[in-house]
Amino acid sequence: MLSRAKCLVKFPHHAFKRTFSIQTKPEIKPINKVLIANRGEIAVRVIKTCKKLGIRTVAVFSDADAKSLHVAMADEAYHIGPSLSSKSYLRGDKIIDVAIMTGSQAIHPGYGFLSESQEFSKLCDKSNVIFIGPPESAIRDMGIKSTSKYIMTEAGVPCISGYHGENQNDDFLVQEAEKIGYPLMIKAVRGGGGKGMRIALNAEEFLPQLHSARTESEKAFGDSTMLLEKYVRSPRHVEVQVFADRYGDAVYLWERDCSVQRRHQKIIEEAPAPGISEELRRQLGEAAVRAAKAVKYVGAGTVEFILDKEDLSFHFMEMNTRLQVEHPITEMITGIDLVDWQIRIASGEPLPLTQDEISRNGHAFEARIYAEDPGNGFLPGAGPLKHLSTPDPSQLVRVETGVREGDDVTVHYDPMIAKLVVWGQDRSQALNSLISRLSEYHITGLETNVNFLIDLAKHEYFQKGDVHTGFINQHYDTLFPSKVVKNEVLAQAALGLIINENNAALINALRAGTSNDPFVLNSDFRINSNHIRTVNFVVDGKDQQVSLMQSQDGFKVKVNDGEWKNVQVSKVKESGRFSLKVNMDGAVYKYSIVITPESVTLFNEEGKTELQIKQPKFLASSGEGDVNKASLVAPMPGIIDKIFVNVGDEVQPGQSVAVIIAMKMEYVLKAAVCGKVKSIAGHVGDNIKKGVTIVEIEASEE
Amino acid sequence: MILQRVRDLRHRKIIFGIMLSRINIKIPFATNAIIHRGLHLNKASVIQTKVDQNSTEYQENFASLQILVNELKEITRNVLTPDPVAAKRDLSRNKLLARERVNRLLDPGTAFLELSQLAAYNLYGKEDIKSGGMVTGIGKVCGQMTLITANDATVKGGSMYPVTVKKHLRAQEIAQENRLPCIYLVDSGGANLPRQAEFFVDGGRVFYNQAVMSSMGIPQVAVVMGSCTAGGAYVPTMSDENIIVKNQGTLFLGGPPLVKAALGEIVTAEELGGADLHCKVSGCSDHYALDDEHALFLARKVMENLNLRTTNKYNDNLRLDYEISRQDNDIQTDIEEPLYDPSELYGIINSQLTKNFDVREVIARIVDGSKFQEFKKFYGETLVCGFAKLYGNTIGIVGNNGVLFSESALKGSHFIQLCSQRGIPLLFLQNITGFMVGKEAESQGIAKNGAKMVNAVATARVPKLTLIIGGSYGAGNYGMCGRAYSPRFLYMWPNSKIAVMGGAQAAGVLAQITEDQFKRAGKEWTQEIADKIKAPLIKQFDDESSAYYSTARLWDDGIIDPVDSRKVLGMSLAAALNAPIEPTRHGVFRM
Repeated sequence: MLSRAKCLVKFPHHAFKRTFSIQTKPEIKPINKVLIANRGEIAVRVIKTCKKLGIRTVAVFSDADAKSLHVAMADEAYHIGPSLSSKSYLRGDKIIDVAIMTGSQAIHPGYGFLSESQEFSKLCDKSNVIFIGPPESAIRDMGIKSTSKYIMTEAGVPCISGYHGENQNDDFLVQEAEKIGYPLMIKAVRGGGGKGMRIALNAEEFLPQLHSARTESEKAFGDSTMLLEKYVRSPRHVEVQVFADRYGDAVYLWERDCSVQRRHQKIIEEAPAPGISEELRRQLGEAAVRAAKAVKYVGAGTVEFILDKEDLSFHFMEMNTRLQVEHPITEMITGIDLVDWQIRIASGEPLPLTQDEISRNGHAFEARIYAEDPGNGFLPGAGPLKHLSTPDPSQLVRVETGVREGDDVTVHYDPMIAKLVVWGQDRSQALNSLISRLSEYHITGLETNVNFLIDLAKHEYFQKGDVHTGFINQHYDTLFPSKVVKNEVLAQAALGLIINENNAALINALRAGTSNDPFVLNSDFRINSNHIRTVNFVVDGKDQQVSLMQSQDGFKVKVNDGEWKNVQVSKVKESGRFSLKVNMDGAVYKYSIVITPESVTLFNEEGKTELQIKQPKFLASSGEGDVNKASLVAPMPGIIDKIFVNVGDEVQPGQSVAVIIAMKMEYVLKAAVCGKVKSIAGHVGDNIKKGVTIVEIEASEE
Repeated sequence: MILQRVRDLRHRKIIFGIMLSRINIKIPFATNAIIHRGLHLNKASVIQTKVDQNSTEYQENFASLQILVNELKEITRNVLTPDPVAAKRDLSRNKLLARERVNRLLDPGTAFLELSQLAAYNLYGKEDIKSGGMVTGIGKVCGQMTLITANDATVKGGSMYPVTVKKHLRAQEIAQENRLPCIYLVDSGGANLPRQAEFFVDGGRVFYNQAVMSSMGIPQVAVVMGSCTAGGAYVPTMSDENIIVKNQGTLFLGGPPLVKAALGEIVTAEELGGADLHCKVSGCSDHYALDDEHALFLARKVMENLNLRTTNKYNDNLRLDYEISRQDNDIQTDIEEPLYDPSELYGIINSQLTKNFDVREVIARIVDGSKFQEFKKFYGETLVCGFAKLYGNTIGIVGNNGVLFSESALKGSHFIQLCSQRGIPLLFLQNITGFMVGKEAESQGIAKNGAKMVNAVATARVPKLTLIIGGSYGAGNYGMCGRAYSPRFLYMWPNSKIAVMGGAQAAGVLAQITEDQFKRAGKEWTQEIADKIKAPLIKQFDDESSAYYSTARLWDDGIIDPVDSRKVLGMSLAAALNAPIEPTRHGVFRM
């Protein structure tokens, strides 16, 4: 992050140069109050830079976000509607009202929501509020893929062969497809984030995939116009960060590689892209600048290219007219605060640095931490962040997050919890740092992809920089090895649990005002004998018992019917974080632990291991309800989208009964048995929690 | 343990710090500071050990006491191991065993001061009534020190033997004296009918005590985890609240066999007095438990609402929410462990009691920081008196360093008066052959001086703890607060002996009397005859004076490993301090 001082030093020089070259004096509108029309980590990110620049901040929030971090951090915050984004963060009119009311000179749209909305950009202009982003025309030109490809080809930016026309007739498209050749990509013109996108490997697949993509696009974007493109089998996703000012000048801030994706969404990004020559890097950068200039771009933008892994040819894919999620890795290698630049350019200043002055130093990675279940098709999740502890932020480590411990990851918005950004002298150093910082990211309460990210970052081919967009599919088996919980881990978890019990006893004694209680200071003492404490876990449906005994100089531990092992435990504090170090018969392990009534979660260099504590029987039997396989329960938290049946209806096994939407994905509940609908809990539109019975079916006697 | 080590080290550093400062004060300009600061140094009271670990004596002692301790542990291990057949039967009925019930009832990670583990040891011949058929002890439940009793159904079906009743009554006595709430985990088949005559009358005292304790405001909770028949039915019904386990606990005055015999009614135990009847119809029980675990969980819930300072402050969820990864620092306590390793006691004590040892070496391995402020050190030297702290609580210690002379008895009486006056609990470390006999002693009035000490000990109302670390003979036992003098707790080391006098002395007395008779009758007296008379008496005395003989009959509250003395006494003192200390009024002292 370049210091502001440096920018200021450079600035007069450019301003001077500019006045001579363009012969127009920069018209600068000072910005001292910014409204952030977004939420979560990006809102927090923008507020941080504003604070650094002495700019006052205004946050907006929906019902679900009333207590969220961005609201707490902003100088002012205003409620703009219910949780649903279409009724809050997408309500440009309400947001403009807040901007006018608060006297904000500018609106930062962040990414997503209104960041690439022409209408909103226009509305800002009309209301005399600066939209921190490109002009409406650039959004429009780049937003429609067919138009953007045309402009790019004109500007000499290499594009991939394809059809971007308006004729959407099936037969016509089949002909165009034949011309381009298979494999082929079918994409929604208005699409993004993998929605409305299909691949046809051959002619037979073409029509079904086309129709499927159309339906999805219609639903997501209200538009079913499709484009066809040559499909690159081993493509890399390489994008170039560009900046342009309103005086027609543009620079590139090097490239990022975002190849490794799941569900067509980025998961881990790095800058600079590995295995790329300086010459290719320059070509990419210059092509990106040409692209920006071609649409008279202003502000921060990203030009995405498909880079063929085999022949290193690259093709323009699209331009994102906003600040990208992964922008921090560019900041890490250039030392430039991109939000700072965005605000300067929006206020009318010229680019703070020339292309020659933009340096590049070291290597940076970003890993996106999501509430999702990688082992289950990366199914998005939601829930409370019961425990959250992050690596310590430093010059080399950034933790970009919009949540705190106790917050909920809700079904309403993106399930991204945080971005972890690290910097190193070179790629291997940065990657090592990424792995160790990921192992310090401790989250309980919901399923996350942290373990997967660790496995991914440790993967042989990722280490080599051999990345492409099909990476996860190609290496699926090695990325998802079947994992057995080791006895050492069981022993460590049980040790953590009983040490916690001993500590809790001490704390309770202190609370009662007795710091000298011998019943507590002599933990677990028994006359002339040893008390064996047992901890019972349930791992993959199997009981695992750990027996522990306090001994003269530590503990003795036994897993199931194994051998007793001597264990010495000590607590270590490293940069404000506590962990346990155990020496088990000569082997030393270090780990952290989080305990709830139901589980012990252990964090070590391999990531997180959550162990269920066997619960007393009486807790289960008080519910009385037997598990009924005829009932259909919500597999994840979400919103009831459709219910196809009524009470009393006969259903057949496999019949669709209801649809839940969670994380913008549909989940169809199907009857497992033949029977009659006994009851229906909830209505269309209801928010439901995971495990809630939605439809109860009375199985018919057979 | 680790915490303790750290504390040890920290402590040593402090001592080291003091030593450094003493070096510093040799600098001339700091001279004034020496005199001033010297008054505040705490080091002066630290007992300096004279133990030589390399001496043959130490090593012989160590080996020999080690054997006795190993024997104690082995005997205890056998007693604590339940009869496998009975245990299997109970476990198959989804019942928890008695000690496991206690363990689950306790606050996790806390100690349990089990009492009289070896009750009934070798008492009933071939009948092995392990621990007297009942587990008793003090532990923390929801932060409150609580007296717990648990019938052991694996011992003769939990039926009551005379010793069981005695143990129950002793437990109640402890609860009453120390005002400890009680939890009775009941699972007893009722009286052992062949032995009913030995305890039927005394047994009624259990319910008397319940009523009296209740009137004193001592909370009592019962958990019916098995049968509670006849008198047993009153334990839960006389408790403040009780919990009964479904399909397992039964409560009735007369069981099905008796009902059939008396009235001809045929009923099942569950119909006659099961959980459903008592929770839904009769109102004899208050809480319905699904199983043992549930019952213990409910018992803790009952404890939570006793509205005691301790239970109100207790947070059962701490152990669950608490995160090690976030824990700020070690929990600090200001308690200093003794400077010397308690296992050195093995080398200090002559287990054959043939050679005396300095009781100060024992004190140094029991009290905080080994600090002992001695009283009248150079007067009546055979009785060591002084003040120390045990887990931060001030105690007055009275320990034997030989036979009691008149001066020793006077010093002891004085010291006990000091402690009573100040409300300081007393710890007696008994290793005594008795008061001095002989012409000189009698002429100095040993009888009246001894009487003063006995008077002072008997009437002191401060909590008294007694640990027998060697011999406990004759009136020495009385003057040093033996069982008859109502110490709140009394423990023995495995090497200790208790009797009116030593076996050899008793045999000597008997031989002397017989010799006199022989001489009067004009019969010939030979060494052979003397030995023949002496041998059985020596054997009898040896057997009857052993710690095991005593503990089997509940003359003490347990035999402990000398290494654990500090812990056991510390917990006992903590329990004793649960009751307010009442003012003392001593009786008439013969001057």
